[in-house]
Amino acid sequence: MSAPLLSIEGVSVELPTPRGLLRAVDRVDLTLEAGRTLGVVGESGCGKTMLSRAILQLLPKRAKLDGRVMFGGRDLAGLSREALRRLRGPELAVVFQDPMTSLNPVLTIGTQIVETLQVHLGMSGIAATKRGAELLAAVGIPAPEQRLRQYPSQLSGGMRQRVAIAIALSCEPKLLIADEPTTALDVTVQAQILDLLAREQQRRHMAMILITHDLGVVAGRTDEVAVMYAGRVVERAPTPRLFAHMRMPYTEALLAAIPRLDSAPHTPLPAIGGRPPDPTRPLPGCSFAPRCRYVEDDCRAAKPPLADPERAGSLYACWHPR
Amino acid sequence: MSALLSLENLTVEYAVGGRSLFAVSDVSLHVDRGETLGLVGESGCGKSTLGRAVLQLRRPTGGKVVFDGTELTGLGAEKMRLMRRRLQLIFQDPIASLNPRRRIGDIIAEPLIIVGVTDKAERDRRVREVMTAVGLDPDVAMGRLPHEFSGGQCQRICIARALILEPELVICDEPVSALDVSIRAQILNLLEEMKRRYGLTLLFIAHDLAVVKAVSDRIAVMYLGKLCEIAPTERLFAQPAHPYTALLLDAIPVPDPTVRPATNLAVGEPPSPLDPPSGCRFRTRCPRADRQCAAEVPPLREVAAGQFAACHHPLTGPA
Repeated sequence: MSAPLLSIEGVSVELPTPRGLLRAVDRVDLTLEAGRTLGVVGESGCGKTMLSRAILQLLPKRAKLDGRVMFGGRDLAGLSREALRRLRGPELAVVFQDPMTSLNPVLTIGTQIVETLQVHLGMSGIAATKRGAELLAAVGIPAPEQRLRQYPSQLSGGMRQRVAIAIALSCEPKLLIADEPTTALDVTVQAQILDLLAREQQRRHMAMILITHDLGVVAGRTDEVAVMYAGRVVERAPTPRLFAHMRMPYTEALLAAIPRLDSAPHTPLPAIGGRPPDPTRPLPGCSFAPRCRYVEDDCRAAKPPLADPERAGSLYACWHPR
Repeated sequence: MSALLSLENLTVEYAVGGRSLFAVSDVSLHVDRGETLGLVGESGCGKSTLGRAVLQLRRPTGGKVVFDGTELTGLGAEKMRLMRRRLQLIFQDPIASLNPRRRIGDIIAEPLIIVGVTDKAERDRRVREVMTAVGLDPDVAMGRLPHEFSGGQCQRICIARALILEPELVICDEPVSALDVSIRAQILNLLEEMKRRYGLTLLFIAHDLAVVKAVSDRIAVMYLGKLCEIAPTERLFAQPAHPYTALLLDAIPVPDPTVRPATNLAVGEPPSPLDPPSGCRFRTRCPRADRQCAAEVPPLREVAAGQFAACHHPLTGPA
């Protein structure tokens, strides 16, 4: 087997805060092959966004990154700003939750797409404009030539997210990181955008990391899922396997807490009590232990490693797996 | 059962750049005493405006709001102020709903002061009681400030504040959509428990159908200011009558990889509410739309027992 497209090795991210050092990402290992989709699932503060920023080398200035982010055989942490700039676009692209934060409100859609194509692919203005319209059409935007002349504020949230996707796809990246790409959108629009991402990914044989808080979003649309809790990956498995047999009690509890469409109204939800631990005060044992219904004494004493003791392709960090 | 709240042809218009936007357009529905009515729809469908219009925070431009036999629409400011202790509201963003400079005990006691409970010991007793009911430890929490609490805890504080006057109707406007999955379940369970304990009637507004299903006896679906369908919860999920309801159900991501996500869902996005389509407002995205849908506004009709749909070509008919 060839080397994976992306390999994250022992990545930690620490941020100084007034309350002390906050370990947002704690020794994460992940690999991703070309053309595959990895879902990263977790609740707010679990470190999923910081992990994606670490891959993109877009961490806040004061953040400290440990470990290696190997992409196409290079360690991204060792690259110069200029080398990274050339990489973002043709190799690595990102779609954020709120398209208004990535689109420039005072430039037309056309200017923003054309600029990307000119800078990264060296296209002429005329060729780039033509390509821009094709890209907008490909992401399902009607009347693309007219849209090129419009400003982001003239589009709906769903249309803006399509534009952001068109720009991200414009240079044919090898890896697309989609960080909660549909969280700000309505449910009927969410389904369309997820379909669009899946279609374009297959067509372009692009790898994708889909970051979300919603287990429902990753279920039908990823090859593999990594579940994060308190900065660590606590379970990782091929998607069908994960849903068929959840080993880590947190994953199981997270799924159980989602209201189900097939249960009767007024069915009490199995809620997870308490809340995640303070990231500036790491626990010596398993971070989920204080909320875990299966907790035993050894859980509080030592952190379980992320491992695959059965060699079944299903990794979990738990002393007492389900 | 009798209706505690009924809306009759409720209309709320906003003036936008010289034009009028019908945020809520001719909506009639009722909520029985002790019932939870779920109200769902996508952003801009008018569900939050409807909630505000019930409380007269946004005065309706047409139609009536009748609460326990009293028409709120015509009520003067002072009478409405007295009425408000019977109707309370819980918002989406619990942190923004709390004054960051006031202590939790004072925030929860404020409604008592407003209605004239002058005895400090009595206020203290009631604050402690309601805090305990929503799962907050009064000895720990009363003296603290909102920023010392997480989003889920702040929503508990908001619920305590809404319940301290023992209201009859509570309007919950997206009460869990700002919360994480694990916390969301705690708050939904708490709302169910509080409903039983205080004998509440709830109008539960949300965009997430699975969340609404978990708490509602009946569900009303809105699209671009219009009521599309209203039906008992189980019936709505088993046999939706309005094509928009069916679309919403198909679009929900199911946390099960053996269920293929629905593809080729109705195309496009909701049109601008400033310029709604003629006839049925959903027709531009509806696979069943024909000329009649463009020409005539479909009235809300009973398609099965207790199930009403505003559609010329409903998916289910009378059995």
